Amino acid sequence: MKILVTVKRVIDYNVKVRVKPDHSDVDLANVKMAMNPFCEIAVEEAVRLKEAGLATEILAVSVGPKACQEQIRTALALGADRGIHIETEDFPESLEVARLLAKVVEAERPELIITGKQSIDSDNNQTGQMLAALLDLPQGTFASALKLADGRVEVTREIDGGLQTLSLSLPAVVTTDLRLNEPRYASLPNIMKAKKKPLEVRTPAELGVQPRAHTRLLKVEAPAERKGGIKVASIDELVEKLKNEAKVI
Amino acid sequence: MAILIIAEHDDRTLKSATLNAVTAAAQIGAELHLLVAGRDCRAAAGQAARIPGLAKVLLADDASLAQQLAEKVSPLVVELAKDYSHIVAPATTSGKNLLPRVAALLGVAQLSEVIGVESTDTFRRPIYAGNAIATVQSLDSVKVLTVRGSAFEPAPAEGGGTPIESIHFAGDAGDSARFVGEQVAVSERPELSSARIVVSGGRGLGSGESFALLERLADKLGAAVGASRAAVDAGFVPNDRQVGQTGKIVAPDLYIAVGISGAIQHLAGMKESKVIVAINKDEEAPIFQVADYGLVADLFEAIPELERKL
Ligand SMILES: Cc1cc2nc3c(=O)[nH]c(=O)nc-3n(C[C@H](O)[C@H](O)[C@H](O)COP(=O)(O)OP(=O)(O)OC[C@H]3O[C@@H](n4cnc5c(N)ncnc54)[C@H](O)[C@@H]3O)c2cc1C
Ligand SMILES: Nc1ncnc2c1ncn2[C@@H]1O[C@H](COP(=O)(O)O)[C@@H](O)[C@H]1O
Repeated sequence: MKILVTVKRVIDYNVKVRVKPDHSDVDLANVKMAMNPFCEIAVEEAVRLKEAGLATEILAVSVGPKACQEQIRTALALGADRGIHIETEDFPESLEVARLLAKVVEAERPELIITGKQSIDSDNNQTGQMLAALLDLPQGTFASALKLADGRVEVTREIDGGLQTLSLSLPAVVTTDLRLNEPRYASLPNIMKAKKKPLEVRTPAELGVQPRAHTRLLKVEAPAERKGGIKVASIDELVEKLKNEAKVI
Repeated sequence: MAILIIAEHDDRTLKSATLNAVTAAAQIGAELHLLVAGRDCRAAAGQAARIPGLAKVLLADDASLAQQLAEKVSPLVVELAKDYSHIVAPATTSGKNLLPRVAALLGVAQLSEVIGVESTDTFRRPIYAGNAIATVQSLDSVKVLTVRGSAFEPAPAEGGGTPIESIHFAGDAGDSARFVGEQVAVSERPELSSARIVVSGGRGLGSGESFALLERLADKLGAAVGASRAAVDAGFVPNDRQVGQTGKIVAPDLYIAVGISGAIQHLAGMKESKVIVAINKDEEAPIFQVADYGLVADLFEAIPELERKL
């Protein structure tokens, strides 16, 4: 079974982003970049399925500028076999990413597609669902467990009320939630080996997709700052403040 | 053209997130229609009909819509979409599961977690864990949005008398996606997303048993119990308690963070709370930067004392 995983290059999750003074966007100059954490979980899941003898090949795909190849290399170091970079000038919107990925899926015919549930930059939470829709495939979003059996995949999903389990025919799209697994770190020898693994570069034109703009970013602002509060010395003082000053209890 | 709101419900009852979505849709300003899609969901539609301000409640009751699987509901919404300028759903896990699928089938973008309506085509939404707020104009013919409940007051649940219109929908019976089961947490406490007071615990609690301390405090305050990712990952509490960028977004009148350091991902889920209290033994913990009242203390002493003195 072939698995396709998607990996997005995003700001490192430890970095607190700043807004540009002209409010045109956030400032990503000299900011540490990394693989989206939910994509790390997607790669890890694919690698575990391969280690368990359930998958034969793992293909890692990223859409965006040239630098995305760093994240594909990371996926290769973590255990993916092959990479495809769809090179675009900027990061296309989710629907356009999904349209590009759909072309790769049609050509590569993976039986399982694993994406992250959410990019930590756009906080969109949509690409996997869109990809499933475009390909008319079933979807298992926000997965915290995944089990292959009888030509189907059983996905446990983290939902607002608790957990839900679905059984999906293959091929299917699964999006990862935090509890699916704990990603490993790439070892130095594997990082070296990854350099020799195949990484193919494609353009949207070659895939027959012309990414379009669906939205216009008018302005980016910093959120309202909370004004610093006070430290209380005791529980008595806390209770007094909550009752008489804040009047919330 | 009218706005189509997708109701959040479990067939029997309408969920409160629907009411926040109604408020957001009303701010866009047009005739409001609310879709209740499910199986044996007439009871939920009946509740929806009591919300004031709606022009129509659409009831799609079909066996194929059981459990409201996205694969089954999206073709219905797409079929209805031609009559609407906007499609709005709450940014709950069900809204987030369904709506991108609808948007893709319509060939349009989805704006996620909208927190502000500027005009019929321009909306505000947080990005980068809420560290930036983007104002975004949609260029698509149909605007598809999920709206963040905590950013919009709930519409009244009672007082309206909207007609219910049944729509015939013969859904596909295919089983590419099949419902297997659900483990839904039952709690006597208020719902996390709409509670007036939330008491949340983090890794500092050290164990699931220690959460009993917080639960007793919560019961005294009539509060919901939340948690950080670390507390969920460690298995202290189930996933539905997670507050944060990738969990639930809450904005109660009072949020009490106990043994939580205040990582940006956690702050993203609670920093719009009216009053924030932090109890942490590390006086340098970043949570104190957003707390109105901070107490540097060992939670195992502070929480029982707080409970006693309330
Ligand atoms: C992709 C991604 C998504 C994430 N999404 C979320 C999310 O939605 N929500 C979320 O919360 N996190 C999220 N995180 C995780 C986040 O980065 C932090 O790791 C997490 O919030 C830390 O949880 P914590 O504060 O409970 O634990 P810690 O950071 O370990 O803090 C524990 C705190 O407890 C205090 N403490 C310990 N013992 C005591 C005691 N006896 N008395 C008083 N205080 C004590 C310590 O001083 C410390 O400040 C996400 C991370 C990633 C990468
Ligand atoms: N430019 C991209 N390249 C590769 N994968 C992407 C890209 N954008 C989104 N994805 C995938 O889709 C998931 C959800 O992203 P989003 O819908 O943007 O929140 C991510 O975790 C990735 O796995």
